[in-house]
Amino acid sequence: MEQNKELGGFPGSISAEGSFSPSRGPENLFEKICRGDRPALARAISLIEDGAPGSRELVRAAYRTPKNSRIVGITGAPGVGKSSLVDGIVDELRSMGRSVAIIAVDPSSPFTGGAILGDRVRMKRRTTDPHVFFRSLASRGHLGGLTRATGDVLALVGVAGFDDVLVETVGAGQSEVDVMKYANTVLVVLSPGLGDSVQTLKAGILEIGDVFVVNKADLAGADRTRAELEMMLDMCPQGGWRPPVIKTVATTGEGLAELVGAIEAHYEYLKSSGDLKARVRSRFLASLEEYLKREMVDKVLKAASASGELERCLAALEAGKDDPASVAGRLASRYSAASSCSPLAPSERS
Amino acid sequence: MERKIRVLVGKPGLDGHDRGAMVVARAYRDAGMEVVYSGLHRTPEELARMAVEEDVDVVALSILSGAHGTLVPKVIEHLKKEKGGALDVLVLVGGVIPHDDIPALKAAGVAEVFGPGTSTEEIVEYTRTHVREKRAS
Repeated sequence: MEQNKELGGFPGSISAEGSFSPSRGPENLFEKICRGDRPALARAISLIEDGAPGSRELVRAAYRTPKNSRIVGITGAPGVGKSSLVDGIVDELRSMGRSVAIIAVDPSSPFTGGAILGDRVRMKRRTTDPHVFFRSLASRGHLGGLTRATGDVLALVGVAGFDDVLVETVGAGQSEVDVMKYANTVLVVLSPGLGDSVQTLKAGILEIGDVFVVNKADLAGADRTRAELEMMLDMCPQGGWRPPVIKTVATTGEGLAELVGAIEAHYEYLKSSGDLKARVRSRFLASLEEYLKREMVDKVLKAASASGELERCLAALEAGKDDPASVAGRLASRYSAASSCSPLAPSERS
Repeated sequence: MERKIRVLVGKPGLDGHDRGAMVVARAYRDAGMEVVYSGLHRTPEELARMAVEEDVDVVALSILSGAHGTLVPKVIEHLKKEKGGALDVLVLVGGVIPHDDIPALKAAGVAEVFGPGTSTEEIVEYTRTHVREKRAS
């Protein structure tokens, strides 16, 4: 692992490639990623995000080269300190000798499609470490707290050989819970003063945590927030894993060693209980769902729009002569069969 | 679908003034681009690393400290190093840059310099046009 340090390669890779073609083509990108080439990995992620020509080949190769990165999801409301916490966790993991990739998602504007990706602002400690890779992604209209390309990007980052992958979600409300489908361990981050104990009764994000973090624990009310979380957790059905609640101050590093310890403990639990298999499977199922939606919903809409039927159906809905359930049933049976003639055609995506 | 334009808005060096960078970042966002903001006080090496990992088309550096003559060439040098020799991104500079300093910056690889009073429309338009040209080449 250390020998790659000089070369700028990722750990787990054989060597770093010095030269990089400025062309945007996918030729040899995959081989370069396997060798730990940073620009190649970055470019490949863009191709996958854009569904550009060649991205299918990259994805195909990535899923057929499975690597066992540990995937840790970090979620929580905007402003609780997720990005600062990521900075601290990376620092801890690096001092343990583990290589880390970070995938940080921020929201896209629903109006212009533009985005401000600000998760790097808090990244202060391991900014030029050769064994760290950081990539910001825009949600691009995808709900659920992540982006449509998440599964594919994780597969690709895995191939590059990182020990840990941290997935930071958009600032989550109460129902952005997609991260639980992709991560092995989910950290739910809170900070003091976000609401009273009724909030802890609600369904959604507070149900998905494997580890709870009360960040900004130097502020007043941290102990109360922690106590309320503990109470909530005590009322949950007791399974094999009782999520710990850990107080941190990301900016000073307080509590971070304990937090990383909890991540380790949860991963060990997953391995020993056999739950890890189910978590990995849920990631594949989530990726599969994304593709099915793309293949079916998008194709039905496209075909119905091209034939003019979509227009007629919308007019009927406006006139009060039809209902969405009936229309969907008709469109699905008419067009999804036709679309299965050319499944997974790469040309359809560009 | 046309590929998204990705921009790194970077603040190199010991310059704590980021209002201009924020305004430009916002203008790029409103033009439908994806903007990575570096945060303050970044070294040239850090900015080059960000540009590579984020696979941006544009590196827009905001400097009001007067240190552009030192910092900008260093950012470009590191960019070339990380990219294996070629400068395949558009490097733009904004801020308080004396006219006499502009030729040297352009010689170092900067595509354009935008001084005080430049409209955000002009910056967005320049960026869009030149990214297209860069991609086509």
